[in-house]
Amino acid sequence: MMKTCPDKMVQYMHEYLDEELPQEQETELKLHIQQCEACRIHFHELKKTIALVQSTSHISAPSNFTEGVMSRLPKEKKKIGIQRWFQRHPLIMAAAVFFLLMGGSLLTSWNNGSEFAFTAQPNVVVEGQTVIVPEGEIVSGDLLVRNGDLRVEGEVQGDVTLINGQRYMAGAGSITGDIDEIDQAFEWLWYSMKSSFKNMGQFFGLNESEE
Amino acid sequence: MEELVKKRIKQVLKGDQNAFGEIVEIYKDKVFHVCFRMLGNRQEAEDISQDAFIRAYINIHTFDIDRKFSTWLYRIATNLCIDRIRKKKPDYYLDAEVTGTEGLTMYSQIPVDERLPEEEVESMELQDTIQKEISKLPDKYRSVIVLKYIEELSLKEISEILDLPLGTVKTRIHRGREALRKQLRTV
Repeated sequence: MMKTCPDKMVQYMHEYLDEELPQEQETELKLHIQQCEACRIHFHELKKTIALVQSTSHISAPSNFTEGVMSRLPKEKKKIGIQRWFQRHPLIMAAAVFFLLMGGSLLTSWNNGSEFAFTAQPNVVVEGQTVIVPEGEIVSGDLLVRNGDLRVEGEVQGDVTLINGQRYMAGAGSITGDIDEIDQAFEWLWYSMKSSFKNMGQFFGLNESEE
Repeated sequence: MEELVKKRIKQVLKGDQNAFGEIVEIYKDKVFHVCFRMLGNRQEAEDISQDAFIRAYINIHTFDIDRKFSTWLYRIATNLCIDRIRKKKPDYYLDAEVTGTEGLTMYSQIPVDERLPEEEVESMELQDTIQKEISKLPDKYRSVIVLKYIEELSLKEISEILDLPLGTVKTRIHRGREALRKQLRTV
């Protein structure tokens, strides 16, 4: 320990342990170690250290480790993937979201909405379950009749929608707009889809900005 | 092995979470072991190694499929361990090099007997002693020693994991060995 050895000897020891010491220097190191006790002890201690560190036993991960990781994985990732897919296929997304969110409730409303209802235009007459546009009267605006019949003797200046009902046209009666007659659940759904689609764009735009 | 892992990674990228479960199964022991030797505590090692897998999952799209997955995974795990060690570290730095003493740190100036009384050594299991001494190493030496002597990785791979030049890795291994030698010579 008292003797001062060349600094390079310790450097050689480490290079030797890394298996990077050239043959020539290895011989030099070995010769030196034979003569120098301090370096011999130093080298022995280094090798002992490595042996001790390598003697530590391998320990395994605790049980349920994988389950623990899996339960902590973010679920949103998958959702985002689906959203991205839909962004590339906007029409499918529109249909899918529509059927998922609206389909159920619309069908329910179809089954439940069995009451007679109509657009309250000022000059129509109601007889039982029949809405009458009397002769000589002009209804300006759209007219919707649900679960009832419509008899047009006068004139409707607008679109007429009939849900689950019959339309009777008198000789003098006329409708200037489109006529929609709906009498099946599927048609009701389709009608609702068409009329909702205008709002859809806005609905999705809103949805995306929330993400 | 790497081929199977790459196949699973491609499945994970397609959104198959179960494929990631297989990757965890393959590497959990190695990652846990590295973390345990780095942190010296089972509970912390479990937390950090789980975090490492979760980070790997979240960032899987940044993994270069042409490279070795284990290197990438070890890198995440060792970085998390080093962060954890630094958070726990006291204000004084034992690994701060004392000026003028190349390669020597405060460790070499603490008398061996003061650090670990003889009776304590005798009462402890050898394994615990070694682990304790590894845990005393400054994090920059601890990571290279763990990767080299416990995971038995090549110097080149260690330099990739730690994102350090090969020369720096060698220097750190030399200094880490020296520090450990001084700590373990009484064992």
